[in-house]
Amino acid sequence: MADRLNTGPGRVLIFVYGLFALAAGARAGVQIATRFGAAPLAYLLSAFAAVVYLVATYGLVRGGRAGRRIALVCCTVELLGVLAVGTLSLADRAAFPDDSVWSGYGRGYGWVPLVLPVLGLAWLYRTRRTRP
Amino acid sequence: MNSVLSAIVYVVSLAVAVYALVEALVDRPPGRIQVVGLGLVEAAVLALSVGVLVDVIGGGRPAETATFIGYLLTTLLLPPAGVALARMEPTRWGSTTVCGAALIVPVLVVRLGQVWHG
Repeated sequence: MADRLNTGPGRVLIFVYGLFALAAGARAGVQIATRFGAAPLAYLLSAFAAVVYLVATYGLVRGGRAGRRIALVCCTVELLGVLAVGTLSLADRAAFPDDSVWSGYGRGYGWVPLVLPVLGLAWLYRTRRTRP
Repeated sequence: MNSVLSAIVYVVSLAVAVYALVEALVDRPPGRIQVVGLGLVEAAVLALSVGVLVDVIGGGRPAETATFIGYLLTTLLLPPAGVALARMEPTRWGSTTVCGAALIVPVLVVRLGQVWHG
């Protein structure tokens, strides 16, 4: 059976991942270029998140064994990242004077950053190959 | 930012989103209506962009110029991207993608208004 990672619901995931790579990347770029000193940690985290989204998009588009592995690592990093940063941003507001993509569990982005890796992992599991 | 043109974008894009959602729910691929709908969304966003240009010529400036331009370009890019993905995915998931694109456009226009006014 052909790998259906990048068709059907996978295509919707690729669309949203690509959009988030663009949104997070552009935002981080503007923030780092114009006022990096104000909140370096938050801005670097946004840039890191953007890179992870970009690589996840690539993994999902590519498919196959390597694509799956890339997507699996990225979705896991995202889920851990949004949970860790979300918790830290609520516990220690001083460290996050300006929001990053993952602050407050991604509430600035309609909680999509929290939902997206879960959907990604679920989709990877649904389309897994079962060996004979 | 022109509030009438913004309102037109909200109405058109939300209408397309609802229509695409219904088609996705009844397991239909995106047809001509969805493509034309995204075309109307793009036309509305273009009209909004012209409105912004008129404001800028009149001396208005967004509070954060770089962010504003980034959001505006993303908003202009979304409907064509939605059409391209809908063509590649002639299933209910193509309709889902169109619905997603049409939902994100009004969110971006809200952000455009916030960034404009600072």
